[in-house]
Amino acid sequence: MKIERYLKAPLCALLLLTLGGCGLNEVKPWDRDLLAQEKMQLIVDPVENYLDEHTYFSKEAAFGGQGIGGGGCGCN
Amino acid sequence: MQLKKQPTSIRAALAAATCTLLAQPLVAAAQGSSTDEDDWDVQSGLLFYDETDRIQVIEPVITASKTLENGDLLTLRGVIDTITGASPNGATPTDTAQTFTSPSGDIDTTAAGETPMRSTQDMRRAFDAEWEMELSRMVRNTLSGSISNEEDFLSLSIADTVKLDLNKRHTTLAAGFAMTMDTISVEGGTPIELELLSAPAPVSTDDDGMHKNSVELLLGVTQIIDRKTLTQLNYSVSHSSGYLTDPYKFLSVIEPVTGNTLDYRYEKRPDSRTSHILNWRLNHQFNEDVIYLGYRYFMDDWGINAHTADIKYRSELGNGRYLQPHLRFYQQTAADFFRHSLVEGDPLPTHASSDLRLGEMTGRTIGVKFGMPLAGGDFTVRIEQMVQEGESSPADAIGIQQNYDLYPTLTANIIQFGYRFLF
Repeated sequence: MKIERYLKAPLCALLLLTLGGCGLNEVKPWDRDLLAQEKMQLIVDPVENYLDEHTYFSKEAAFGGQGIGGGGCGCN
Repeated sequence: MQLKKQPTSIRAALAAATCTLLAQPLVAAAQGSSTDEDDWDVQSGLLFYDETDRIQVIEPVITASKTLENGDLLTLRGVIDTITGASPNGATPTDTAQTFTSPSGDIDTTAAGETPMRSTQDMRRAFDAEWEMELSRMVRNTLSGSISNEEDFLSLSIADTVKLDLNKRHTTLAAGFAMTMDTISVEGGTPIELELLSAPAPVSTDDDGMHKNSVELLLGVTQIIDRKTLTQLNYSVSHSSGYLTDPYKFLSVIEPVTGNTLDYRYEKRPDSRTSHILNWRLNHQFNEDVIYLGYRYFMDDWGINAHTADIKYRSELGNGRYLQPHLRFYQQTAADFFRHSLVEGDPLPTHASSDLRLGEMTGRTIGVKFGMPLAGGDFTVRIEQMVQEGESSPADAIGIQQNYDLYPTLTANIIQFGYRFLF
């Protein structure tokens, strides 16, 4: 199992995105009113997100990606 | 992150009303002045999931969050999940009726030409707690624990995620670790993997349940791109070991020419699984509307590769009301050991499963959500339909199997209500 081979691509992508972030437009704290809105959160509706994750986990072979933890289920 | 607009506190309103009735204006004034930090942010949901001719699920969820005096955030969640109906047991259709007896003695009968199903009825109760604390000005830590219990299944999980803000808080790096311990206790005994159902003793009763352990590692970056755009890329790796077989799935053992079913064997999956997941999301706000894009790539050492694409568009209708169409596309390749049946006389494979969820498949979901302010809180309702399709006439179908649909299309209707309020 060559874990290193699998890790290399995503780690490089993360690094590039992070470093690339330095060169992006600066958004001053007083300009973050839109980003602070509830509808701009990465998980807007945690209950809906939880129910969807559970539904698709029980029906598909792929799972996860958004976060970790949360426990297992006998449905899969 | 602070919400721009919080729903009105029902607790504060109730307290004020009660105190007014009791003619205690000073107390009423004190209660009425309670700030949002004193309130529980309660998010509730009720899911109705209905597969045509198969499984029905009713799942109420309640989540409550509270900011503590020291600024930490505590979140609690409770779930009850009631499942009834039937799901495919892995055997293939034949020209005659088929009867299956479970280790606990339950009998399922399938008519000729029908996909064999296992009747099921279960209730799951799950409880999660999450504690988010600030370690320093730029570092936050989230510790969580979960317990989930069913008649035949117990799952315990702990997780910890650290987040670091960088680049004047334009970038957030995240690193997380989780451990899950599952115990599967089949009523009547654990099926012996790849054993014939007709064997004198196809189940083992000398164990105290079968165990599965999982560890997960997550690395992520969240980046503010501009005033209206936010993106996130997560990479996670998950490793499970132990009993990964589904004890309720069989494979038909068929005659090599006619395809008639001669017997059945319990399935057997590898005892370890390593998965790699890359998940990307982007939120962009137009004038008022917001588009949510998501893509996930999943691969594991069982041979499964899967792509998931997700798009939602929140269209503001005014006065806090919105309409949000949703599309989701999913595609997966089959696990290396997936097969529809076993052929009599062939050497037994090391692993075998006919669980359709491990087969090659595409899925699509289409739906819409509506949200509006209601009685001081926020009400939502969404209606969706999920369809899963696979190869109905696969190349490995033999004899009479070619006359039947070996991957019946699954259609599920989903209705979910949500209500969020402060208490």
